[in-house]
Amino acid sequence: MNAEFDHLLKSAAKGRISRREFMGRAAAMGVSAAMASTLLASAARAEGPVKGGTLRAGMAGGESTNSLDPALAASEVPFMVNMTWGEMLVDVNAKGEIDYRIAEEVSSNADATEWKFKIRQGVEFHDGKTVTADDVVATLKRHTDEKAQSGALGIVQGISEMIAEGDMVTLKLASGNADLPFLMADYHLIIQPGGGVDNPTAAIGAGPYKVVANEPGVRHVFEKHANYFDSSIAHADSVEILVINDNTARTAALQAGQVHMINRVDPKIVELLKGAPGISIEAVAGRGHYVFIMHCDKAPFDNNDLRMALKLAINRQEMVDKILGGLGSVGNDFPINAAYPLFDSSIPQREYDAAAAAEYYKKSGHDGSPIVLRTAPGAFPGAVEAAQLFQQSAAAAGIPLEVKVEPDDGYWSNVWNVEPFCASYWGGRPVQDQMYSTAYLSTADWNDTKFKNAKFDEILLAARAELDAEKRKAEYSEMANILRDEGGLICPMFNDFVEAKREEVGGWEADPNGELMNGRALVKCWLNA
Amino acid sequence: MHPILKLVVQRIALGLLLLLAVSLLIFAGTEALPGDVAQAILGQSATPEALANLRESLGLNQSAMVRYFNWLGGVLTGDFGVALTNKQDIAQAIGQRLGNTLFLASAAAVISVPLAIILGLVAARYNGRWPDKLISGITLSTISLPEFVAAYFVIYLLTQLFPIFQPVAMVFPGMGFWAKLQAVALPVIVLVLVVLAHMMRMTRAAVLNVMQSAYIETAELKGLAPMAVIWRHALPNAIAPIVSVVVLNLAYLVVGVVVVEVVFGYNALGQYLVDHVAKRDLPVVQAVGLIFAAVYIGLNILADVIAILANPRLRHPK
Repeated sequence: MNAEFDHLLKSAAKGRISRREFMGRAAAMGVSAAMASTLLASAARAEGPVKGGTLRAGMAGGESTNSLDPALAASEVPFMVNMTWGEMLVDVNAKGEIDYRIAEEVSSNADATEWKFKIRQGVEFHDGKTVTADDVVATLKRHTDEKAQSGALGIVQGISEMIAEGDMVTLKLASGNADLPFLMADYHLIIQPGGGVDNPTAAIGAGPYKVVANEPGVRHVFEKHANYFDSSIAHADSVEILVINDNTARTAALQAGQVHMINRVDPKIVELLKGAPGISIEAVAGRGHYVFIMHCDKAPFDNNDLRMALKLAINRQEMVDKILGGLGSVGNDFPINAAYPLFDSSIPQREYDAAAAAEYYKKSGHDGSPIVLRTAPGAFPGAVEAAQLFQQSAAAAGIPLEVKVEPDDGYWSNVWNVEPFCASYWGGRPVQDQMYSTAYLSTADWNDTKFKNAKFDEILLAARAELDAEKRKAEYSEMANILRDEGGLICPMFNDFVEAKREEVGGWEADPNGELMNGRALVKCWLNA
Repeated sequence: MHPILKLVVQRIALGLLLLLAVSLLIFAGTEALPGDVAQAILGQSATPEALANLRESLGLNQSAMVRYFNWLGGVLTGDFGVALTNKQDIAQAIGQRLGNTLFLASAAAVISVPLAIILGLVAARYNGRWPDKLISGITLSTISLPEFVAAYFVIYLLTQLFPIFQPVAMVFPGMGFWAKLQAVALPVIVLVLVVLAHMMRMTRAAVLNVMQSAYIETAELKGLAPMAVIWRHALPNAIAPIVSVVVLNLAYLVVGVVVVEVVFGYNALGQYLVDHVAKRDLPVVQAVGLIFAAVYIGLNILADVIAILANPRLRHPK
C-alpha cells in the first residue's frame, strides 16, 4: 500500500473522515471494498480504545417483568444487563477459550472430579467489599437451592462439595467433568457478595458497571465501577440499554443515532439497511438453531423410519435461504455445528431427498393421516413460514403434514414439551457436553424430544470425564451420529446473530457465544469521537 | 339536598358499585387464563421441581376465594402487593407508568379536543361545501389508517426524512417538562390523527341537528352571522352528545393506546399490562385492569354530569 492510502487509513481509524468517505476514496485507489473494510477494522483496533462517553444499545427481548436476580435471567435484555454489572468466575471468549475473571487460575485432578479455582486478589464489589472465596461458594450454593429457581440449577447440581479455603475454591464433583470451567461461565452464576442470599436483586457485583437506574422493560442505566479490576475493558463512562421490542422502532433509533447498536435485525430488512449511511450489519455465526422436535416415545414418532422420513423430507438449504435470508447455515439433525470446539466436520450432510423420504415413509407403515405439526410466530422468527415450507417439501415426498398455528401466548407451556411434534429453538451452549446434557440425556429435564438411548448416555458420561481431546472428539462424533440417525430432532438451520451498529462504535468482534458479543458489547466496545 | 348534587352522588355511588363488580370480573377473568404464572415465568426453562417450588412460593396453592378477598383488602388500603415476576412494588411501578399514560393522553387531548371541535364547527358552518368535504376527507382518512401504519409513517417522515424528532419516546423521572414534551411529540401526533375524526364528526352532526330547530331560524332571521349563530345558539344545545364522544375518546387515550406505546417504546401502562399478561403476573394484571376500569367509569360519570348540567330540562327536573 502507498503512503497516501496509509494516511487515509489512519484518518479513518481516528475518525477524522467517515467510513463512507474512506471506502469511497479507497475504491478510487483500486482497493476492493472487502479489503478496505478489513484494513479499516484492524487499523481501528491498532488505534486503541477511546475512553469516555455514553454507549447505548437498543435491544429486543426485555419485558417490564424482568428481575435483576441473575438466577432468573431468561431473556436477552436481563442477560445483557447481568453481563454489564456482573462478573463470573470465568468467561468464554470469542475463540471458545476460557478467559479468567474472578478466578485467575483453574486446575483439576486427573479424572476431572476435583477442581480448584484460585480467586483473584483485590477484586472489589460495587459496595466496596472485596471478593472472597466465601462469596464464590455462597453464590454457587444459592443456585443449588431450589427456592432460588436458578436457570443454572442443572449445572450446580452436579457439584457434590464446595469448599472455600483462603483464596482457593475447591469444587468436588460426583462424576468427572472436563468442561467444568465452561459451566462456570454460565451467565446466571454471577458472583454476588454473600452469594446474594439476603437480597438477590441488589445488583451488587464485581462487574465493570454499576446499576444506576433499573426500569425493567424500559431502560437500564449504568455508570463505570471506578475500582474495576480489568483496565483493558469498560471504556465508556456510562452505558445504557434501551428496551425497544418493536423491530421498526429499533432500527429507526439506530439510524437516528439514538442508540449505537441493536440486536435482532430482521433478516428481511438486512439488504435495505446495508445501504443506510453510517450503519454496518454484523452477522455472526453462532450456536443457536431453529428446530422441529418429535417426541420419540409417542406414536407415530416412536417409529424411527417415520422420523427418518421426516428428516429427509425437509429442504434445509431452502430454509436457510428463505427463513434466514441466507444469514445462517444448514443443520444436520444434531445440535452441534462448527462453532463448537471438537466438532467433527466429516459427518456427511443430510440433504433433501423426496424419493428416499417416500421410501422410509412407506416402510414406517404410517396410515397416511395428516401428521400435525404445531408452530407459532414466536417459536422462532419465521416459524410459521418454515412449517409451511416443510409441509410443501414433505408433500412432494407424499408425506401429509398439517400445520397448526398456535398462539404465542402460552406456547412454551401448552405446546412445547407437551405436544409430540412442534417448532422450537435452542440458544446453544459453550461446549458440546452441556448441549447434549441439557436436552438429549435420557434423564435431562429439558429432553424435549424424549430421546432415551442407553448407549448415547454412556458415551456422553464417558466423554465428560475424558481429558484427552482426540478421544473426546471421537466420542462426540459417535454421539452426533446416533442422534442424527435415531433422534427426534429435525435441525434444518443454525441462525446467525444478526446485529447492527453505528460506525462510531469501535472494538466490535464477532462472538459466537451469544448476542451482542455474548452480552459484553457495551463493556468491550468504545465510542470513536 | 339539591337535586343535581343528589344525582351526582347517586352516579358516583353507582360507579363504585360497578367498579366492585368489575373487580370480581377481572379476578375471575385472570383466573380463567390458560397456563399458569409459574409456567409462564420459567418459560422454556421450566423443570417440574422448579415449577412446584415457584407455585408454592407464589401462593398459587390457596383457593381463588381467599386470594380474591386478600387482594381486595389490599387494594382498598392502597396496597397492590408486589409483582410476582420481579418483586417490584406494584403501586409504585404503576404510579410512574400511570403518570406517563396521563401525560401522553393529556398532551394529545389538549391538541385534539379543541381542534376537533373547531373543525367540526367549521364543517357544520360550510355544510356540504368544500371546507366541509376537505375536513371530513382528511380526518376520515387518518382515522382509517391503522395506528401502527400512521406511526411508522410519522417515524419515517420526522426522524429519517426530516430528522426533527427522536423515534423512541421514552420518558424518565428527572426529565424536564419540555424535554418530555419533545420526547412524546411523535406519539402525540399519531394519537391526534387517530382521535380527531370521531370527535369532529360528532360535533358536526350534533350542531347540524340543532341547526334544524326553529330558534336557529329565528336567530338567523334577526340577522346574526352564521358563525355567531353556531357559537351562541347551536353549540350550547349540542354540548351533551359532543361531551360524551369527547370523553369516550379521552378514555381511549388513557386505556387503548398500547400499540402506539409499543411502536414508540413509550413506557406507559399499556405496555406494562401486556408484558404482565404474557407472564401471567396476576396481581399486576388485576391492578392495571382495575385502574383502567376506574378511568372508564370515572370519565363516563363526568360525561353524565356535564350532560346534565348542560341540559336545562335535566337541571330543573319537575
